[in-house]
Amino acid sequence: MGRKILTEHINVPDIHTLAVYRKMGGYRSVEKALKTMTSEEVVEEVKKSGLRGRGGAGFPTGMKWSFLAKPEGKPRYLVCNADESEPGTFKDRVLMEKIPHALIEGMITSSYALGARTSYIYIRGELMFVLRILEKAIAEAYAAGFLGENILGSGYSLDLHVHPGGGAYICGEETALLESLEGKRGNPRNKPPFPAVQGLYACPTVVNNVESIASVPWIVNNTGEEYAKIGVGRSTGTKLISAGGHLNKPGVYEIELGLPVEEFLFSDEYCGGIWKGRQFKAVVAGGSSVPILPAHLFLKTAEGVPRVMTYESLSEGGFVSGTMLGSGGFIAMDDTTCIVRNTWNFARFYHHESCGQCSPCREGTGWMEKILHRIEHGHGHMHDIDLLVNVSKQIEGNTICPLGDAAAWPVASAVRHFREEFEWHVKHPGAATQPGAVYRGAEEAALV
Amino acid sequence: MDNTTITNDIQFSDAAMAEIQRYISHYPPDRKKSAILPVLHIAQAEFGGWVSAEVQDKVAEILGITPIEVYEVATFYTMFNLKPVGKHVLEVCRTGPCMLRGADQLIEHLEHQLGCKVGGTSADGMFTLKTVECLAACGMGPMLQIREKYYENLDPDSTDKLLDDLRKE
Repeated sequence: MGRKILTEHINVPDIHTLAVYRKMGGYRSVEKALKTMTSEEVVEEVKKSGLRGRGGAGFPTGMKWSFLAKPEGKPRYLVCNADESEPGTFKDRVLMEKIPHALIEGMITSSYALGARTSYIYIRGELMFVLRILEKAIAEAYAAGFLGENILGSGYSLDLHVHPGGGAYICGEETALLESLEGKRGNPRNKPPFPAVQGLYACPTVVNNVESIASVPWIVNNTGEEYAKIGVGRSTGTKLISAGGHLNKPGVYEIELGLPVEEFLFSDEYCGGIWKGRQFKAVVAGGSSVPILPAHLFLKTAEGVPRVMTYESLSEGGFVSGTMLGSGGFIAMDDTTCIVRNTWNFARFYHHESCGQCSPCREGTGWMEKILHRIEHGHGHMHDIDLLVNVSKQIEGNTICPLGDAAAWPVASAVRHFREEFEWHVKHPGAATQPGAVYRGAEEAALV
Repeated sequence: MDNTTITNDIQFSDAAMAEIQRYISHYPPDRKKSAILPVLHIAQAEFGGWVSAEVQDKVAEILGITPIEVYEVATFYTMFNLKPVGKHVLEVCRTGPCMLRGADQLIEHLEHQLGCKVGGTSADGMFTLKTVECLAACGMGPMLQIREKYYENLDPDSTDKLLDDLRKE
């Protein structure tokens, strides 16, 4: 059984209430930080922990905090990115829904570290039922003196508010999120200036993911050194993985980074293997924006080294034979999965969610979706496959924000690893468009 | 208020206005525009599940901004309905993980049971069927959302029961 930091008490009855949360040791970090530590010391502990941003990018959280500009006379803000919209990822929703005080405690301790006097949780608008849970928990925290003026007599004051989004994946990008929070369309900003210098209302701002912020109380309570002992190398601590797709036991699992991928996928403690007794065909390991991998390259690297659940191991081999841990949105696919259809589905998603600000993304995502639609529906040409790769290359790296890369990588990797399946669709449109039709290899293709 | 009888004389209820003022208080006094999304959500719930141009004008008036600033936001975010909808809006997640677990079949089933295609409203005005992109329920698909409630791990039987229950509301 792996160590649990975020979910240790998640199944305790009524853990969503302040009373039960406190009984389980909740809010100790607020008392410790505000009464015995300077804000710089809290930042230092987070730096020592090696905690990396759990939203997908994996940038060191403590380092991000230390970039925060400190001009005179300007307020500073902490904004929690709870706009979880990455297909395959639902960990933050579960954490906030089940144990909302974990996030609130993290927001208070982190805001203290950053010198913020007002902080916001930007939650995706679709999760209005979670917003209600958070608002109720925040009211409890105010009533208990953990929020508001002069918290616990420490002299530190903080207001915390929840802000609902309106249904736009792009608002998960930090500068688009800030635009949205200012009441505008969620168009990403050019960087620099980075939010640490000019963020919300042109003031210094840190934007952190839910899981990152919720990890801070444990670090403050137990020290950064203890946190850094968990995990492997630069992948320290635990990670929430949202497991979905063709699994016997889909759900949110907290793992110690470094867990063998085979154990995560097949053991009863975690995903319990592929459903319905089927074969494992492919996986998207870190949310829809990361490259898809065929089963054999997920379990072992191209050099035959068994992979483990770390940022480094999953990216071993680069994009030629590796992928990314990303947000931990784990999507398993069995052998009845049509990779072309799946790729088209993801391309449709990115086309739908492109904000339209950059031409390569606005036009390219639509173009990729159209090409994939015609291949999937029996109207493709062989040259469409190379065209797909070409379009993806024109998008990658050529947009203001990473949505362009997120749209390009799934398509490029699907063609890279499953080109035969795309070719089969083009060569055998009648067979490929039959309900439930799936390419199962060269031998079957020859029989069609 | 009935879906189709919005007039220029838009008035929020006292409860809605109190909620709007609460949200406005969350932002600096000179940044009332920040409340635009929460206020649009309140407006949509208040006026029959959609935000007409007149409702958006009222939102602009409350926030002290120009109507175009509201229009450009309301049209950017997918959660705001810009035309009348049925009593219940069924929003089915159609994205990758849900597709793998049967979202396409769920959508077909609903189209058949409701007698309308995605984007349409059933003849009795009871249901509007929409598809949406990823609702953070990837391990519990296929699923759909109705207002603030998620219905997960759906199959034809549980879907039909859900429709029956909603018809009785």
